[in-house]
Amino acid sequence: MMRFLLLFSRQGKLRLQKWFMPMSEREKKKIIRDMTTMVLARQPRTCNFLHWKDLKIIYKRYASLYFCLAVESQENELLALEIIHRYVELLDKYFGNVCELDIIFNFEKAYFILDEFLMGGEIQETSKQIVNRSIEASDMLQETMEEYMSKPAF
Amino acid sequence: MSPSVPLQEMIRAIRSARTQCEERGVIQRECAAIRAQFRQVDNGARSHNLAKLLYVHMLGYPAHFGQMECVRMIASPRYSEKRVGYLGAMMLLDEKQDASLLITNSIKNDLSHSNQYIQSLALCTLACMGSAEMCRDLAPEIDRLLRASNSYIKKKAALCAVHIVRKVQDLGELFVPAARSLLTEKNHGVLHGAVVLITELCENNPETLERFRKTVPDLVQIMKSLVISGYSPEHDVAGISDPFLQVRILRLLRILGRNNEAASEAMNDLLAQVATNTDSTKTVGNAVLYETVLTVLDIKSESGLRVLAVNILGRFLLNNDRNIRYIAMTSLQKIVGTDHIAVQRHRGTIVDCLKDQDASVKRRALELSLALVSASNIRSMMKELLLFLSSCPLELRAQAASGIFNAAERYAPSQRWHIDTILHVLTTAGGDVRDETVPNLIQLITNTSELHCYTVHKLYRALLTDISQQSLVQVACWCIGEYGDLLLRGECQETEPVQVTEDNILDALEVVLQSHMSSPATRGFALTATMKLSTRITDNVDRIRSIVSIYGSCIDVELQQRAVEYNALFKKYDHMRAAVLERMPVIEKNSPGHTNGESAGEALKEVQPAKVKQGDSLLPQQPANQVCDLLDLLGSSDEHLQLRPAQGSTAPSLPSNTASTAGGDLLDLLGGFEPTPPAPAPQVPTLTVYDKGGVTLTLSCEKQSNSGLIVTLTASNSTDSDISGFTLQAAVPKSVQLHMKAPSGDFLPARGAAKVTQMVVLNNPNKVNLKMRIRISHGTQGSAFQDTVQIDSFPGLSVPGQ
Repeated sequence: MMRFLLLFSRQGKLRLQKWFMPMSEREKKKIIRDMTTMVLARQPRTCNFLHWKDLKIIYKRYASLYFCLAVESQENELLALEIIHRYVELLDKYFGNVCELDIIFNFEKAYFILDEFLMGGEIQETSKQIVNRSIEASDMLQETMEEYMSKPAF
Repeated sequence: MSPSVPLQEMIRAIRSARTQCEERGVIQRECAAIRAQFRQVDNGARSHNLAKLLYVHMLGYPAHFGQMECVRMIASPRYSEKRVGYLGAMMLLDEKQDASLLITNSIKNDLSHSNQYIQSLALCTLACMGSAEMCRDLAPEIDRLLRASNSYIKKKAALCAVHIVRKVQDLGELFVPAARSLLTEKNHGVLHGAVVLITELCENNPETLERFRKTVPDLVQIMKSLVISGYSPEHDVAGISDPFLQVRILRLLRILGRNNEAASEAMNDLLAQVATNTDSTKTVGNAVLYETVLTVLDIKSESGLRVLAVNILGRFLLNNDRNIRYIAMTSLQKIVGTDHIAVQRHRGTIVDCLKDQDASVKRRALELSLALVSASNIRSMMKELLLFLSSCPLELRAQAASGIFNAAERYAPSQRWHIDTILHVLTTAGGDVRDETVPNLIQLITNTSELHCYTVHKLYRALLTDISQQSLVQVACWCIGEYGDLLLRGECQETEPVQVTEDNILDALEVVLQSHMSSPATRGFALTATMKLSTRITDNVDRIRSIVSIYGSCIDVELQQRAVEYNALFKKYDHMRAAVLERMPVIEKNSPGHTNGESAGEALKEVQPAKVKQGDSLLPQQPANQVCDLLDLLGSSDEHLQLRPAQGSTAPSLPSNTASTAGGDLLDLLGGFEPTPPAPAPQVPTLTVYDKGGVTLTLSCEKQSNSGLIVTLTASNSTDSDISGFTLQAAVPKSVQLHMKAPSGDFLPARGAAKVTQMVVLNNPNKVNLKMRIRISHGTQGSAFQDTVQIDSFPGLSVPGQ
């Protein structure tokens, strides 16, 4: 089971946080601090796996963003790398050549996409196309509902 | 999809703030506006405001005032508001907040909504932050959705069920039938969810696991179709068909096949097929191979398959990708205990990984290398490990040092090699070793008497070069104190001897004493060593005297106490000095934390110098050994015994705390002499144990407690001449503690005019067969007489072994 997923920039600014276990605000803040310090301190050509308390931390850097995923100790680390990569691909397909600014200004969309891909700490859908289709359909629903209600689009 | 203008404007405003203070100002203004808007009844901008609030929350600012707004928005009929409301609920609410209960009803309604996207919102939120109560409430609804809905909802319901089972274990039973039927689905998403659900149910409850074992053939079938089937565009990742599903199925198979022959048998072929056919050029393929290897090693697989798995790990070790090398070593670590020989084949590669740049890889390589050390490769491995120690990162040093010590202790090919290795570690990483290294090393050195000269030479040289490593300096001081005379002799077979004078040695010790780098414990060692040298050297005793008296006024209380006592030894008890400061006897290696305490008569076994003993194991108690123990003790050189007899009248009350550090335990053999008068002999049966040459010795004993016993020995002299200098010494089996009280005297007048009594307190906690050997010695008219007698049964002890 995955415990949390964090996205942060090279300066340590948080761009997305998804928690799969209930935790108090203080704990979350502490974890964010620990993760950013640990991951940002890593040398460039080192392996992508870390140990932190009883969890395995898998991190990968895409352009200016660090994707940091924490899994329990019996999980497959190489698959976790694939999960991160799959999420980046989904973002890329949705935003078209995604960059950090897209995620900053449309953070709620990033969450919606994540919620179609992962749920409860596990993978929800293994097919890229189906996830993309679901997101598009939800967006359509929102738009049509808005038009129908003739209120300004969200 | 049109973006939210108000939200994006706010984000831009926040980002353009140049200082933290400015940013705080912008955010405060925005939050105030949002709060005001929340208080209004209904406006079209509700979702924008909540989205803004969530952004502010992500930056780290407090946003709890948005919780009620989330609850309201979830209840709204509009999809856009529901969407943001649920997102807000997942971010701001968790099961600890009271407001989370309020959304239970909304979720319940939305679960049966006609629109599947609204259903999916509810399912997602429940799986993310559903509390135990909510789960219990909504479980039947989830079960219904698991059976009768489209695949989009089914897959979400399955993961929701997983969350419910994790929160409330008892509800697992509810989902078993549905989970079973889901395995027949074709949709990969649903299949994946089903496999995760079954995995969770099996890990939860062993009975459920038994029932699901029957699904192994189905799972094998699904896996086969994934592996063999042609290209499927929807699920393909770099040539592997749905690796996520494959890995999950492999994990479930692992759980089902563990400890079960039949299930393991059924999956053997499949695992072999996956292991050989999976393309390992990309990470994806390696992920599947890795999971396969883990499964093979965990179930009861046949040996051919195991060899295949270990070979895959071996291939991983040679992979260019550092990640893959890392996980290969992690897996090898797990099996090094069981498949030791297979892992040994890859020892070379593993040792090479010690030189890798990456700290995580180094750590794994270190653990694995230490596990692979054996008697045959100890020399080469130790070379590599010592090389590693000199260049390893700081956080690994302590682990490396203690690992090296353990390995050296278990497989040392020779004493000299062992001592050399330990000295090497102390010189490179002396600051990171554990505290018990110093007494362990000292004990090792005393055991190898033929290497004393060599050791002290090496340590002296090391001391001259560098006095910063405290453990090394402590051991060096101790050795110089003990074996300084060997240094002075100027000849050594094993190594180049040094030409030193007594002044040189004392200089070296003084440097340690005065250096600010030395810890208090080290200075204590140095002072004691200096004192010991007073009996080993001849010319500079005055210098030693002056050093000792200087430290009599030292600020450090420990040093001051020592100095004062040593001063006393010089002044009032000079006649005792030689005996007190004599060469140490061989130290017995007890279990950790050996206490010599006050049992002045504790039996010390003579150690065979050739073998290095195991650290933690206590030697088994056999009656034959006990007798040998006694023999060895009483047959050993006199210097051992001089320390032990209970000479009541002349014993000074030397406190037994000549040194309180670890090294001090060794000096504690002197124990405490208690000049207490012997208690009157109780009225218990007596036994005559010795009657020879006119000297009669009788014994009586009285049980003190469950394991305690007081033995009283009474001696009388029936000859015509007086006996003087009469002493008794006693020895008992190793596990029995003995304490001899002071005898009533040492003069036996002729014709039984008076008796000498001696009390011996025994403690037999292990309830071994109690035996005692007594040596009687006396000097009659100038000639010494000695005799021994063994007592095998004690009067008053009804059951042997009590």
